[in-house]
Amino acid sequence: MTAELQALADHLAASLGEAVTASAIAYDELTVVVRAEDIVRAVTFLRDDPKCRFISFLDICGVDYPGREQRFDVVYHLLSPHLNHRIRLKVETDEVSPVPSIIDVFPAANWFEREAYDMYGILFSGHPDLRRILTDYGFEGYPLRKDFPLTGYVEVRYDEAEGRVVYEPVRLNQEFRNFDFLSPWEGTDYVLPGDEKAKA
Amino acid sequence: MGEHSIRNFSINFGPQHPAAHGVLRLVLELDGEVVERVDPHIGLLHRGTEKLIEYKTYTQATPYFDRLDYVAPMNQEHAFCLAVEKLLGLAVPRRAQLIRVLYSEIGRLLSHLLNVTTQAMDVGALTPPLWGFEEREKLMIFYERASGSRMHANYIRPGGVAMDLPPELIDDIEAFCDPFLRVLDDLDTLVIGNRIFKQRNVDIGVVPLEDCWKWGFSGVMVRGSGAAWDLRKAQPYECYEEMDFDIPVGKNCDNYDRQVIRMEEMRQSVRIMKQCVAKLREPAGQGPVTTLDGKIAPPSRKDMKRSMEALIHHFKLFTEGFHVPAGEVYAAVEAPKGEFGVYLVADGTNKPYRCKIRPPGFAHLQAMDFMCRGHMLADVAGILGSLDIVFGEVDR
Repeated sequence: MTAELQALADHLAASLGEAVTASAIAYDELTVVVRAEDIVRAVTFLRDDPKCRFISFLDICGVDYPGREQRFDVVYHLLSPHLNHRIRLKVETDEVSPVPSIIDVFPAANWFEREAYDMYGILFSGHPDLRRILTDYGFEGYPLRKDFPLTGYVEVRYDEAEGRVVYEPVRLNQEFRNFDFLSPWEGTDYVLPGDEKAKA
Repeated sequence: MGEHSIRNFSINFGPQHPAAHGVLRLVLELDGEVVERVDPHIGLLHRGTEKLIEYKTYTQATPYFDRLDYVAPMNQEHAFCLAVEKLLGLAVPRRAQLIRVLYSEIGRLLSHLLNVTTQAMDVGALTPPLWGFEEREKLMIFYERASGSRMHANYIRPGGVAMDLPPELIDDIEAFCDPFLRVLDDLDTLVIGNRIFKQRNVDIGVVPLEDCWKWGFSGVMVRGSGAAWDLRKAQPYECYEEMDFDIPVGKNCDNYDRQVIRMEEMRQSVRIMKQCVAKLREPAGQGPVTTLDGKIAPPSRKDMKRSMEALIHHFKLFTEGFHVPAGEVYAAVEAPKGEFGVYLVADGTNKPYRCKIRPPGFAHLQAMDFMCRGHMLADVAGILGSLDIVFGEVDR
């Protein structure tokens, strides 16, 4: 399995040249990092090349790493029923630079790109209809970003007096508690004052 | 001919419509009775599952998967558990694998029974759903007897399953199988052979195989178009490799073929269930139903009362949960509706960093526009029914 994936990774690196910036095999899965401007070429190649034939489109999703300069990963999953292999393509981007849409290669990318836009605010250039898909009509913000609070900003209720649904800021009777379990049991990495000599 | 008599109609189908299978709003543009464009508006059942999972430990995240495709809850949990186990490098005991397969197939029956019979309702028959729901009720009781809950089971857990099955339950599942095959034969004559059902479904919603792949179809949707593609055979997980079953394949790519395939898949599921029951009784099928690694799976109630170590494990597992090594995996199962995938990114803590749920229904529903163009308005409900949409998983 791993040898076949390695051969596939080599084949991709040789054929796509500079477009492939990195590739790795972990847990029997091949991940290829592609330059954003080359994603359409890479996906088209994967679909049409007789050694690949990744004709089945599975998924596009975003991942947010706020600490990075290019904070978003756009992750593409494709399946080749002929090789019986899966492949994962990754593209890095940020809030303002758009990723070329692969809608001309796979029409199914339409909703998945809209979802990535809706959830993360990732822009796709060449997408014919990039509007929100899962969130409410008139929703603001990008809910799956790590800096978006779990509770959101607004809540809705039906107002008897006004006879319509009203939007109000979220009011919590109890503050949301997010426990930090990043283990205190393993010991601290700082030294308490007065403890300097204890370990030495 | 006045100007107004040739204008196109736009109508709203749903969100509250019995044939919308949940909360789907379709904006249809019609030319007379012919559909020109379909714009599905989804998200009315969006609950932010993926965001919630990022704030929950791995143990707390599993119940969310029941609430995705609530017609076949355990199949979803299964995908998530496979992803977690892949990251942990955890082997699942054989008995747990058999139970998982058994209940995945029960889930497939639940889903297909609902879909085939409600498809008949969408095209005008009222009796089939009543027949189907009667059988579903029996299957839900099997769910309840295993997990304590008819629908939201939370039974498949990372490392195995929550509890062992009592022997009487295994006997009852076996006793269910053969009478159920007769019910399927009855349903066959009632639905599949029915003249009206054929008139409404044959040659409706035709999708050639090439388009199926391009549109991200999976499961029954590609099998209906002639591809013998089933993850249970192609990329076997658990103990599907040793199960003996066939994959029904259609050749006309239409609604009718899909429903016939669903009927046949139910028979194959019963075949798998019978094999599971037999294997569960063999000596090789005995043993623990969850991993013995105390850092992953909670100890039994009995051990907790006796062993200090078990008590500590229990406390740590239900407060902090277990930590999963950093990495990313994609795990998929052949859910009744198609390929249900979970893309899990772990950062080494006790909570998933990102958990993308890849629901089959999302990709299928998006092709509504492509499939309905040029069809009559009355066929929209039929095509929607054959896609087998459940809004829990489409909207997440």
